[in-house]
Parts: sequence; structure tokens; C-alpha cells
Amino acid sequence: METIKLTIDKKLVEVEKGTTILQAAKKIGINIPTLCYMNLGDMNIENKPGGCRVCVVELEGRRNLAPACATDCAEGMVIHTHSIRVLNARKTVVQLILSDHPFDCLICAKSGNCELQSLAHKLGIREIPYQGEQSTYRKDTSPAIIRDVDKCIMCRRCEVMCNEVQTVGVLSAINRGFHAVVAPAFEMNLDHSVCTYCGQCVNVCPTGALTEVDHTNQLINDLADPEKTVIVQTAPAVRAALGEEFGLEAGTLVTGKMASALRELGFDYVFDTDFAADLTIMEEGTELLDRLSKHLAGDKEVKLPILTSCCPAWVKFFEHNYPEMKDIPSTARSPQQMFGSIAKTYFADKIGVDRKKLIVVSIMPCVAKKYECSRDEFKVDGNPDVDYSISTRELAGLIKRANIDFLSLPDEDFDHPMGESTGAAVIFGTTGGVIEAAVRTAYEVYTGKTLKKVDFEELRGLEGLRSATIDFDGLKLNIGIAHGLGNARKLLDEIKAGKSMYHAIEIMACPGGCIGGGGQPYIHGDSSIIKARHKAIYAEDEGKTLRKSHENPDIIKLYEEFLGKPLGEKAHHLLHTHYFDRKKEIFID
Amino acid sequence: MSSIKIKLKEKDIAQIDEICKSFNNEPGELINVLHKVQTTFGYLPAEVQDVVANKLNMSVAKVYGVVTFYSFFTMIPKGRFPISICTGTACYVRGAEKVLDEFKKQLSIKVGESTPDGKFSLNCLRCVGACGLAPVVQVGEKTYGRVSPDLVKDILKNYE
Ligand code: SF4
Ligand code: SF4
Ligand code: SF4
Ligand code: FES
Repeated sequence: METIKLTIDKKLVEVEKGTTILQAAKKIGINIPTLCYMNLGDMNIENKPGGCRVCVVELEGRRNLAPACATDCAEGMVIHTHSIRVLNARKTVVQLILSDHPFDCLICAKSGNCELQSLAHKLGIREIPYQGEQSTYRKDTSPAIIRDVDKCIMCRRCEVMCNEVQTVGVLSAINRGFHAVVAPAFEMNLDHSVCTYCGQCVNVCPTGALTEVDHTNQLINDLADPEKTVIVQTAPAVRAALGEEFGLEAGTLVTGKMASALRELGFDYVFDTDFAADLTIMEEGTELLDRLSKHLAGDKEVKLPILTSCCPAWVKFFEHNYPEMKDIPSTARSPQQMFGSIAKTYFADKIGVDRKKLIVVSIMPCVAKKYECSRDEFKVDGNPDVDYSISTRELAGLIKRANIDFLSLPDEDFDHPMGESTGAAVIFGTTGGVIEAAVRTAYEVYTGKTLKKVDFEELRGLEGLRSATIDFDGLKLNIGIAHGLGNARKLLDEIKAGKSMYHAIEIMACPGGCIGGGGQPYIHGDSSIIKARHKAIYAEDEGKTLRKSHENPDIIKLYEEFLGKPLGEKAHHLLHTHYFDRKKEIFID
Repeated sequence: MSSIKIKLKEKDIAQIDEICKSFNNEPGELINVLHKVQTTFGYLPAEVQDVVANKLNMSVAKVYGVVTFYSFFTMIPKGRFPISICTGTACYVRGAEKVLDEFKKQLSIKVGESTPDGKFSLNCLRCVGACGLAPVVQVGEKTYGRVSPDLVKDILKNYE
């Protein structure tokens, strides 16, 4: 391997050929500030347009300053990363960006998390000597995401996420010069586009140009209303990330503190989406076995592979892009929606509250779930099964707003009956988890034997595409796993071409699965955080006494008392759904 | 943004397909494809961009991004009488800008737009080589020289 020696800030450093100045500096502990640059190393995601020039450094013997993120090291280079020229240039660059940026930092949704704001602070900017024309673009509000393009700095990170990683292709740079913005085709609103609401663009936007729709004020009102019973469900990935917002190390589980915080906030019942995840496995697992046995018996009508259906961004993705295959995904609703549907029937009856007076709120690592709640098929006479969904970030904000000292809260349990769950449900929060949970149950139901070991290491990991073969007592089940919609597309194209060798496939829209969801605490480019959350999820699973969905006593009771059997008539009505052809739905306005 | 909604005929789609194929449906050839398509249709309405995106297997947002980046591309059909105002140096110093403003005012459209009845469209062009006549305005095939703002009304009258 060819190496290069160079000097950065008087320190000698040796790097591989092809290393950028930015990376070389990082190696010796010098963090050059960046803005447009993005590198999510573990996920192979990079954006280096070299456009913003915040990362400039001085090279001895070169007249112009060079962007560190887009300049490769060369033998013998002598680099200064904080000379007066460099500091002044960086300051000017940021002042120029700010001259066309709204001044509403005080009330901006991104305040405190904005990379432009912290850069201005870091560079000691106290005035903006340039007076430029301010762009005035309309705000675009969809069911899940708000685009406030006046705050866009054209770093184009969102474009990389939406086009290269997710292959959805909603966002692109348009127009030129001052009028350049990132927008959907024909500047249509997001809700007219093929946007899946995966929220990955929100996750990487350095400013407040892309944010989630805020439901916290509605929640505060509902909690204060004595007429209403307000209940909450929390998704598995939330407990593995919420602590980050309170300074805890990434990967710290805060399940118990989260439950007490929710009680402090005033929810009448604190439940767990994990309960519904176990229910999902009962339905989806049964459906898998049903389709599998019919297929093996030679029924040509039954299509395989079966695809998981718990991710609403993924569901919208195939509705737009592969509607001809809409009978392949499992018809099981997502855990969020199963929870809502059971809460507003079974549970509402139990406590004698009318569904209109029962507010079901979900805490999700996700922004697509906000959109999912609003889908018509999940409403009864206009009343939604889940009233609205709050992101992990929004929950953290609410806890802070209510002066709750999160770190000193006691660990509490969820309420019954919809708070009981198994380890199988917990792992829904990470890529590979849903299918592992399904395998744990399907194996025991199919073979009639008890698993000696419930851990299926072969299904775990963070590679974008994975596969494994699981032995069901002689029947070899081929399983595929994809996270990130670009990876999903590869598996779908295989199926479309009739080349898929899988019996079952798990798909999650977000890289990492829900732990990397669009509503999680911002990772600011540190992908090791995703790994830490991933570990935490499996740790929580291991700590559970019950680790197979069909052993959840409250689920067993729910079927006995109310649902009958999996895939039965009532279950079909309350827990399953259908999909739409949205290919021609995008309209050009 | 275009407010024009058109329905493409099978034959138009086939024609776009043909053009894309002649460039091997290469996404890298997008600009050339768009150029050719615009020469054929006169403009690039949203529906046409949608077809091009499909054929080249790329997102329509990217296609739109390119269309809006180059001022050569237009999403609006030319009027029956396309008006071009020379804004080359000679015409400019002799007041082409004021003439342009007057056209905008009279027709209530901006540069690059057409009147709702599709009669006139307004565009600027660089030096037409008639600097002696500056400022120069072309309407369709006809050229008008030494145009001043107060002549604009009269020019338009010729097309009533
Ligand atoms: S939410 Fe996802 S699909 Fe929608 S614009 Fe953002 S990255 Fe693209
Ligand atoms: S919307 Fe955000 S991520 Fe996208 S280009 Fe603008 S500032 Fe960058
Ligand atoms: S992977 Fe999870 S967080 Fe991401 S869109 Fe799907 S359900 Fe939401
Ligand atoms: S961070 Fe290097 S040019 Fe923007």
C-alpha cells in the first residue's frame, strides 16, 4: 500500500494514498469544521460536493485555500488548518451563507441541533456585514415532513440520501444561482410526490430546512383535557436512543425511565408497541406458514416470498414503485396500527371509554408513522386508530419542556394489559429483528418442537443486504433481509425478474432499521451511534424472561377473550390491511 | 412552475421513446435527449419530462433539475407569435431593457412565458447581428428596428 507523508499544523502524519486532508487531520485529532460534507462511514454513505468551503485549509506553496473534504493529500504537503487566513475565510463563507438565511434561530425547530448555528457560534460570528436578497419560498407541509426551503444551504446531503441511498428520487437541486433550491420535481408539494416519508433527508439536513411535523402541542392539549383518556405506546427503538438526548452514552437503555417520564407527563396508561409487535408476529408468522405450506403443496396461486409489512415508508415505496406486486407483502398491519386497532376496540371496551374520547398516541423513531396514522384505511368513521405519532426527538423535547429530571427518574414498568411483551418484540427495532422474531415463533409452530437456542446470529448484522438459510427440521427456509430502500429495490427487482430464491424477506426503509429512523436523535455524522443502539436492542432482548411472541401471556389472553385465532375473521378485520396502486397517483400541479 | 396540463398521445410517447433509444437510454445523455425532445415538441412540459425520466430510468426530479438549470430549456410552449428582444450590448445600451419592460407590461407576462391565449411568448436573445438597427425586436419572422417603448403598442397591433 502506497503511503504519503505530510505535515498538518506542524505534526507529521503518514496516510494511505487517496486520503483527503480532512481524514488525515482527523487521524491526528484535528477536527476541521465542515458543513456540506457528510460521511456515514459504516453505511457507505458519502457526500462531498466541495461546495460550501467551510473546511478550507492553507497549503504552503499554493495560492488558493483548499477544501479539506475534497482535496487529497500529497507527499510533502505542509498544511495549516487554523491560520489567520483560514479563520477569516471560514468566517466570510459562513457570513455569506447567513446573509441569505432567515434569522429565526430562537424559534426554529432545529435550534440547538443546527449545524449552521453551531458553526456560526464556533467561528465567533457576531455580525453579518453582507446584506443580500433573502429568498422567500413557500413552506411545504406534508403529513410528516415540513420543507422550509428558505433555510436550505444547498449542501445537497438530502439529495444523496433520497436518490443514492433510498433510490426514491424525490429531491433534486433545481434552478440556478440565487434561485437554486432542493425540491421535488416541478416544485410539487411532498404529499403529491413519491416521497415515502422515511425521513432520512430530515436526519441529515444540517439546518431547519427539513423537519418533522410537530404534534407536541396537540398532545399537551389532549393531556390537559379531563374529558379524554390519553394512552401511549412506545416503539422498541425509542428506548435504545432516547437517553442520548439527556447526555447518556449511545446504546444506554432507558426503558424504565421512559415509562416513568410518560407517566409524569400525564398519560393515563403507559403501554408498549412491543405488545403489538408480538401480535404482529402471531399474524404475520401464521400467514408465513400458511403461504408456505400452500406453496409447498403445489398451490400456484400462492406467491412467495412473503415480505414484511411493518414499515410504512417501505409500504409506500412499493405502492409507488412496484404496485404490480402488491399481493406479495404480508397483509399484517404494522405494530403501531395493530396497537391502535386493539386499543380502540378491546381496550376501550374494557375501560368503558368511547373511542372518540380515547386518544391513542405513539412514540416512534420514525416520521413515516405520522403519515401512516393519517391513512384512511386506519380510521373508523373518520376517527383514527392511532390519533397521532410523536418522534423520539419530540418526546425528549416534551420531557425537557415539562421540567422532568429524566436522569433521576426511577425505573418503572408498563401498564397492563397492553404493556406486556417478549424479547422477540424488542428486536423489531433493528434490521433483522422482525424476521428473527417471526422465525422463533414459526419454527416452534411448524415443527412442534421447542427451540434450544432462540438467538439466530445468522440473521443479525448491519450489512445492507443479508441472507441466511434456516433449517425448519428438514425444510430449508431461505431468508433475505434489506434495510435502506436502495437495498430493498435490489431484492424487489430480483422478485420481479422471477429470480428470487427467498421464502421470506424483511424490509426496513431506514439504514439500520428503526434504530436509524427519521425521528431518532440526530447522530451528526457519527454512525457508531447506530451500532450502539443495535447492540442495546439485543441486550434488552436477552434480558427478557420471555423471548418468543407466542408465549406472551397477554397476547394469548387477547386471542382467547377477543380475537379468536390468528388470521381468523376478527383478526383479519382488525389486524390486516390492503395496499394501493399509487403508480399513477403523482399528479403534476 | 408550469400550470399547463397536457395529455400525451401514444404517438408522442413513441416519439420520445425513439429519441431516448437513439441515445441508448443512457442517463448520461440526458441533456442531449432533452435537447432533441425540445426540438421536436418545441418545449418540455412536465408530462414529457416524466416520460423521459422513465425511459432513462432516472428520477423525474433530476430531469426537472436539469431542465430548470439550463435557460435553453423551456417548459412553456412558444406563442403563435414568439417575440424576441435582443439584449446584446448594442441593443442594451440603446434601451432594450425599457422595451422589454413595456412588452412585459402590455402582455402581463414574464420573460419565458406565453400569454394565456397562446398568442404571444416573450424571450430575450443575444445579438442578432443587426446592431445598426438597435434596439431590435423580432416577432416571428419579422424584424423591427429602432424600437422604443412607445412603439410597442403599435407593434402588437399588427397581430390583432
Ligand atoms: S422522506 Fe425519504 S423519500 Fe421522502 S424526500 Fe426524504 S429521503 Fe426522500
Ligand atoms: S434541504 Fe437541508 S440537506 Fe437538503 S440541501 Fe438544503 S440544507 Fe442541505
Ligand atoms: S424503518 Fe422504522 S423508522 Fe424507518 S420508516 Fe420504517 S418504520 Fe419508520
Ligand atoms: S465541507 Fe468541505 S466544502 Fe463543504
